[in-house]
Amino acid sequence: MPDVDKDRGSKTETVARTLLVAFFVSLACSSLVASAAVLLQPRQIANAILDVRRNILEVAGLLQPERDVNELYESIEPRVVDLETGTYVQDVDPETFDPLEAAKDPELGVEVPADIDVARVRRRAKLGLVYLVRRDGEVATIILPVSGYGLWSTMYGFIALEPDGNSVVDVTFYEHGETPGLGDFIAKPGWRAFWRGKRLFDESGVLRIEVVKGRVSVDDPLADYHVDGVSGATLTGNGVTKTMQYWLGDHGYGPYLRNIHGEGT
Amino acid sequence: MSSTAKRALLDPVVDNNPVTLHVLGICSALAVTTSLLPSLYMCVALTVVAACANAAVSLIRHVLPSSIRIIVQMTIIASLVIVVDESLKAFAFETSRELSVFVGLIITNCIVLGRTESFASKNPVGLSFLDGVGNGLGYSVILILVASARELFGAGTLLGYTILPNVAEGGWYNPNGMMLLPPSAFFVIGLIIWAVRTWKAEQVERPEFRIHEVHRTEVL
Repeated sequence: MPDVDKDRGSKTETVARTLLVAFFVSLACSSLVASAAVLLQPRQIANAILDVRRNILEVAGLLQPERDVNELYESIEPRVVDLETGTYVQDVDPETFDPLEAAKDPELGVEVPADIDVARVRRRAKLGLVYLVRRDGEVATIILPVSGYGLWSTMYGFIALEPDGNSVVDVTFYEHGETPGLGDFIAKPGWRAFWRGKRLFDESGVLRIEVVKGRVSVDDPLADYHVDGVSGATLTGNGVTKTMQYWLGDHGYGPYLRNIHGEGT
Repeated sequence: MSSTAKRALLDPVVDNNPVTLHVLGICSALAVTTSLLPSLYMCVALTVVAACANAAVSLIRHVLPSSIRIIVQMTIIASLVIVVDESLKAFAFETSRELSVFVGLIITNCIVLGRTESFASKNPVGLSFLDGVGNGLGYSVILILVASARELFGAGTLLGYTILPNVAEGGWYNPNGMMLLPPSAFFVIGLIIWAVRTWKAEQVERPEFRIHEVHRTEVL
């Protein structure tokens, strides 16, 4: 190969020279990375919001590939709920309320007691978001956000329920870091189909929903409440069970769902 | 274009291909090639990183002390990969989610560090840039071949468009699900290497040792 440089001279090998080069390379690289991160952030945030909206529409069964997501999202009615009483709060704007930010706030968030924190949520906001889909004025679907720890990561998702607040329409996880090809089944349509028509609470109001190990057997007396798991990804499945147990339980949306059950009778 | 520049650019495509001859970059070739679109993004990402990393390393090759040269090269590569990853998140959100960790893993792609260390640290900037582009192209050719084969036979589609209508949708083609699993990428790459080495016999490696008859005196 022509133009190959002669071996580097010994003058580049001094300690001062080494430190100097290291310093300038680090400076150049960190400014490159920092400016890319700052300049691209607004677009990334817009993408993330759009993705959350797309997932809400998807779990509600309203997503149409050829239609604009923001336009379709007009039909979704976000509401803020006081998780302790399970009643709607009027004076907080659901468009700007961020439960993840509020959870960190000492005033707006509460510590989750360790003995019931099965999903390793640690802190949650006192208020929670619900998304309602109305058809002819009546509530047709109730969508609740859920989050909890799987095997490697916190999984963020939505569960869509029938107006009875008990039958499942669909479940989706839009952000997770579970094992690619194994634990990432939670985001796949095939597995989501297992949730359709499952029930959360039994007749006496006990929360029964669970992702089991492997297939739900036909003679399982609780088959209505059991969802197929994936062998080899049991811990991710357990994480989903615990996530649902927490967010649909007494410390999560339980009081809200009980209010809905009450209305039905 | 001078003949040296042309060689730097085109040699890695077939004659000196990083995947088929050096068998580098196999891990990402297995992971992202289940469908063509993410593979195309991966090819662009790797080519950009390889070319820019080569140019940057070549630019500082006279002042770079050899005691810290590897870590400096890694720093440059890692920074470029982060920039590419952030750009994908901003401009190709869906695909970036599909590629997940594999864009970040370009940092550890042996092709990139291999070229900065063996070529860019000894050659001028322009030539190093072309060498990076060339190696990116060499990687891309293989990735596109593997991804096309896997998507076509695994799902009956290319870039999402139906080529072989599926039985499930009333067509005649029964998709081969194995093509979507990682081992099939090994088979496809193996077939490509076989084909290339049949065409270009000089790429066939000589066996490292042969079994020979053991004489009684050698067994002690």
